[in-house]
Amino acid sequence: MNLAITLLVAVAIASVIGTVLHQNEPYQDYLIKFGPFWFEVYERLALYDVYSAPWFLFMLAFLVVSTSVCLTRHTPVMWKEMTRFRDHQQERSLRAFSHKREWFVAMSPDEAAAAADATLRRNGYRTRHKSKPEARLVSAMRGTSNRLGYIFTHLAIVVICVGGLIDGNLLMQWKYWTGDLVVETRNIPVSQIDDSSKLPPRQTAFRGNVTIPEQGRASVVFLQLGEGYVVQELPFRIEVEDFRIEHYDTGEPRSYESDLVLHDPELDEPIRQTIRVNEPLIHNGHAIYQASFGDGGSRLGLRAWPLDGGDPEGLETRVNEELEIDGARGARRVEITGFEVFNIHPEPEATDRRQVRNVGPSFTFLLRRPTGEALEYENYMLPVEMDGGRYFLSGVRRSAAEEFRYLYIPADPDGGLDRFMALLQQLRQPDGVAAASDRALDGIGVEDPQVRGRIAAEAHDMVDTLLESGFDAVMAEQQARAEERGGQAPERLMDFYRLVIERTLWEGYAQVLRDEGIDPGEPAEEDLVFYRDAISAMTALADYDAPVFLELTDYDHRQATGLQIARAPGQNIVYFGSLLLTIGLLLLFYVSHRRAWCLIRPEGGGTRVLLAGNSQRDPLGFAKAFDSLGAELDHRLGGDGQPPADTNGERS
Amino acid sequence: MSTQQILGRETFDDRGFFARLSWFDWLWAAALLVGSVYASYHFAPWMDRYEHGILYLTWASTVAIGWMWKPARAFTIAVAVVSLFAVMRYPDLAAAESDFFLNYLFSSQAAIMWMCALFLAATPVYFAGLLLRSEFLNKLGTALTWLASGAGLVGLLVRWWESYLMGPDIGRIPVTNLYEVFVLFAFTTGLIYLYYEYRYQTRAMGGFVGLIISASIGFLLWYHFAQGAYEIDPLIPALQSWWMKIHVPTNFVAYGAFAIAAMIGVAYLIQARNPEGWARRGLPSAEVMDDLMYKNIALGFAFFTLATILGALWAAEAWGGYWSWDPKETWSLITWLNYAAWLHLRFTKGWRGTPMAWWAVAGLFVVTFTFLGVNIFLSGLHSYGEL
Repeated sequence: MNLAITLLVAVAIASVIGTVLHQNEPYQDYLIKFGPFWFEVYERLALYDVYSAPWFLFMLAFLVVSTSVCLTRHTPVMWKEMTRFRDHQQERSLRAFSHKREWFVAMSPDEAAAAADATLRRNGYRTRHKSKPEARLVSAMRGTSNRLGYIFTHLAIVVICVGGLIDGNLLMQWKYWTGDLVVETRNIPVSQIDDSSKLPPRQTAFRGNVTIPEQGRASVVFLQLGEGYVVQELPFRIEVEDFRIEHYDTGEPRSYESDLVLHDPELDEPIRQTIRVNEPLIHNGHAIYQASFGDGGSRLGLRAWPLDGGDPEGLETRVNEELEIDGARGARRVEITGFEVFNIHPEPEATDRRQVRNVGPSFTFLLRRPTGEALEYENYMLPVEMDGGRYFLSGVRRSAAEEFRYLYIPADPDGGLDRFMALLQQLRQPDGVAAASDRALDGIGVEDPQVRGRIAAEAHDMVDTLLESGFDAVMAEQQARAEERGGQAPERLMDFYRLVIERTLWEGYAQVLRDEGIDPGEPAEEDLVFYRDAISAMTALADYDAPVFLELTDYDHRQATGLQIARAPGQNIVYFGSLLLTIGLLLLFYVSHRRAWCLIRPEGGGTRVLLAGNSQRDPLGFAKAFDSLGAELDHRLGGDGQPPADTNGERS
Repeated sequence: MSTQQILGRETFDDRGFFARLSWFDWLWAAALLVGSVYASYHFAPWMDRYEHGILYLTWASTVAIGWMWKPARAFTIAVAVVSLFAVMRYPDLAAAESDFFLNYLFSSQAAIMWMCALFLAATPVYFAGLLLRSEFLNKLGTALTWLASGAGLVGLLVRWWESYLMGPDIGRIPVTNLYEVFVLFAFTTGLIYLYYEYRYQTRAMGGFVGLIISASIGFLLWYHFAQGAYEIDPLIPALQSWWMKIHVPTNFVAYGAFAIAAMIGVAYLIQARNPEGWARRGLPSAEVMDDLMYKNIALGFAFFTLATILGALWAAEAWGGYWSWDPKETWSLITWLNYAAWLHLRFTKGWRGTPMAWWAVAGLFVVTFTFLGVNIFLSGLHSYGEL
């Protein structure tokens, strides 16, 4: 097998690697995936960025060189094939052709030659006549551009690879390998990044990303390289005036666009243009694409409800900012990670994918303990209607790999959190619990002050356990206690304590209702439902594991646009190569180079005519073409002395 | 072949290509042009200048195809009439179920189901024709393949209309997800096969090509019933481009041609075990099959190259670079390199026959991975039709 085929197959196999192994991921991920040994081996082989690997580029370069050599060696041969008529054919060699046909006609050699010439020319052949004393030879050929097809296709491969190698940013790779360019791994402002990690403008090809908030500006992009990134400086500054996004009913983005102002010192006036996906801004060899979008630091107004008791506190923050809170259970750092203006979810009992609803804004944040570990939360601004009730949803999870588990806090009739928080307050405060358990014991009918005192203390413990560890913990605790005390019927004791805590909780709620001016003696259905939901939310607080509940009260949305900026000086070279390739393939496949000869020799009183032809490729196609060529010449020669088949004689 | 035997018997037609066209050829081309002009005015609010260009380009290529391959004219007329009939009965989506014709015949779902049924029927009919040497069954196979291809094309055209009925901002050419392109693959392969059936005057390959179409139909039916993939979903912004209209169909001409080449490879390998026996049944000679295999790979290669270039041009506009080494792109390159090697072997080494047939069959696996495997196993920019 020759070199070309080996190279084609080798490049194909090498290319597979990069599709199987995810490219350009953080090195940490590879380390976890492969373990230290294989991580090292793969890194040495540059498999994390195969298509920039020295050995891969070397293979491509070798392909270019060998194709060029092939081209320089074969082009002169092809040129000869295209231009030479091969008019030295002997009669003997023509008779050896598999496609041939012979006539003996009464006309003169000149007439026969004219007939042959006319036939061949009408079929698209170029002809050349050569006369010798004993015979004359009409040499003909057509489809010589087929040979151009060879030249074009092979030249195209060289051109495309050269263009690709230019855009493959060899200079940057070279600087990286030699250590002139240092990869930055820290997440720090551009101004603090060392010059050794920066690339000056207009030197090389690149393709990088930058996120710019509305009204923000940038004059660099970030290029991912190795285990970090480098900074590519731009010869201009981009300002984002506005970013707009539209959505389908299903909540998926339909279109997004940015109003850009490009300030270039070389320009008198800045360029103003709106870019969209599929509609980039191209300036001075740089193309600026709409690639993504995100939050550009929206302002969020929050109300922090302490879950340990205490009054709510108003806070102001921004997405991507942090703030500290202090609670009874220790300090937490709140890191605001995201904000969405709306969230489209499927309807609960949807049968169709298009049955969706918007549940309003939400934001996500991390609550980080001083020890560094953090839980992630997702809070919705507005209560969401579910199963007839309305709930504030707050999701919590330990890592991004998990699904959020949601806390459902029932909204009060005004659609707020106040009633739930008031109930929580009531149960968090010793006084509140004492008053509630007091009223509960009145209701149950316990009168002995000593017993009342003991039960009240236990009721307080139970409420605390409920809020800290959930309802199951309360019952487990009571069971342990009941068994410890022995007694005749621990079940009856358990039933009693369950009654106590249920009544205590209810009385706490009754107080909240009274504070709202509602008579708890005749609670409305919705107040009962609220109570049930509130208690189950409280028992879930144990798993919620947060000192505060952050309620989103208002916001100013500020979006950011994700731009990809590329400079590809080799692009037009590649396009030119692609054009060559397309034309070359058409010539190669759909034009066939055919040769034909007509030998005309006077014999006796008449003329002997021998037509022969060949075609290197497409033998089946040529067989047909030769038959019709023969038929036409036969006609022009008068059909071998017989009357012409077509007597009308009207011919164009 | 002795050239002396046929001497002086045949006539020849020395008129040029255009002079040989009949009045019907011209009338047909004119009618298509009138339709295109009407569409370009009527649908102008939904089209940009590139889309107008693509419309007239489609007209020109349809005319070129119809003039070279006469049966295509009747096919286009039938498809146009049926599609227009369906569209006229289709004021809103509810009509798909209330209207008899739409419900049972011409709504995209119904038409695509007809396509599936007809292709599944054509394959055994062709094989029966081959094995029983029945000219009638062979012709029936051809008729079923024409009908199936027509049903598939009507299905997609009507689906195009349906997508606009769902909402003007949802409307798009139905070649945007795995479900739609499987329909496209099935009837494109059917039509390319019919072209070669006409050119080479042999129906013996119908069953073999039918096998690969049936396999894709099998997938399509599973995808339809198990995954509900027939739903029309809105497009993500990156796909909202006129490039879609040329990039995807070009690709599927290539996939179809490669698939046919592979199935002819299978026929070739079967024939090689008992050439005389198969020749009696009407399977073409090894030489003809080899040529057909080459013709299909050449067609596929040319279109695949063009599709990849179009894809690169589109990528340069949508993703910020003409080449990203995205898995789909890389596998396209691998497919391209594979067939480039095949063509080199044939051109420079003069290889023919069994090894090339095996290679063509193996090539189909590479193509299938590029077409389908990448979407299933690898993630990347092209992940539009995930399973």
